[in-house]
Amino acid sequence: MVADPVPLVSAAELFPNGVSRYAVGGLLVGLGALVIYVGTGIPAGASTFLESTLSYVSGQSRFQRYVGSRDWRVLFTLGIVLGGTLFAATVQSGVVTSSLYAAGSTDGLYDVGGVTLWSTSVQPWRLFLGGILVGIGTRVGKGCTSGHGVCGVGSASKTSLVGVATFLTVAIGTAQVVAALGVSP
Amino acid sequence: MSDDRHPLFEPLVLVGGVIFGFGLGFSHMARPEVVLNFLTFEDLGLPFVMFGAAVVTGVGFAVMPRLRDAAPLTGSPYERRLKSFDRNVLVGGAIFGVGWGLSGICPGAAYASLGVGNVTILWALAGMFLGAYAQGYWRSRSRTSDAAATSAD
Repeated sequence: MVADPVPLVSAAELFPNGVSRYAVGGLLVGLGALVIYVGTGIPAGASTFLESTLSYVSGQSRFQRYVGSRDWRVLFTLGIVLGGTLFAATVQSGVVTSSLYAAGSTDGLYDVGGVTLWSTSVQPWRLFLGGILVGIGTRVGKGCTSGHGVCGVGSASKTSLVGVATFLTVAIGTAQVVAALGVSP
Repeated sequence: MSDDRHPLFEPLVLVGGVIFGFGLGFSHMARPEVVLNFLTFEDLGLPFVMFGAAVVTGVGFAVMPRLRDAAPLTGSPYERRLKSFDRNVLVGGAIFGVGWGLSGICPGAAYASLGVGNVTILWALAGMFLGAYAQGYWRSRSRTSDAAATSAD
């Protein structure tokens, strides 16, 4: 009689929404960065936009180094916003369907003129306070999830690998503590 | 960067941004709840996004320099994204980590989140600009220690 093995955590528990939406989405994020890189040679990151855009309204010397790139960074960010809207108008609205897309169970869908939009339930104070720290940390730390996480890791940059390991570890610890304190959502 | 860029420079950046933002929507990274679910180990899908994207850019970083000397729209050489390592990478990374763990949102995902209709994310965007301004204000005033201009993404 072979004893039943202690059931290990199943894939369905680890990945309740599967992995395809994550993998396909990630490939598209990489493709977007790749298109820009192939055409321009620029490994683009998303957080520089914060400082480069401040150079339009602030004379602080720190922001002046981004004057030369601030115009195209506005366009890159505008593109990201439009890309989100395009996703909402197609896949999220069910106009385009794919077996690779798991809609999931995150509440917050609402309808405007036939387009299915989505809004978060995470409390504004978390977004605002967290946003301040993200604004400081990404700029002091030389990159965010796209600059370090996508382009830096893609470059096999040791600096970026250390950066990713740092913010990932600290973020996991922080989110666990916040959840343990009963803050939800 | 020269001022006389190729006329396709700006359209290409916009198109690249659209694909990038669509991917953030499709992967649900534009939803802070999904990021927080990863950080609390309820759904471990997130690394597939980051490393899936890094594989694609990694191929580009490896292949492009062998194919061409310079990018067609800028004349810039193809280089990898390499930043110098110093204490700031750890300190900044840790501060970013606390913010990301608290809010579940990072800059690129926040832009895409606005695009999918998440008006509430403006709180996070306002915070990000405030934080970026605060560190810029401080660093502009302590330039002597920051003279070796660390360019950042």
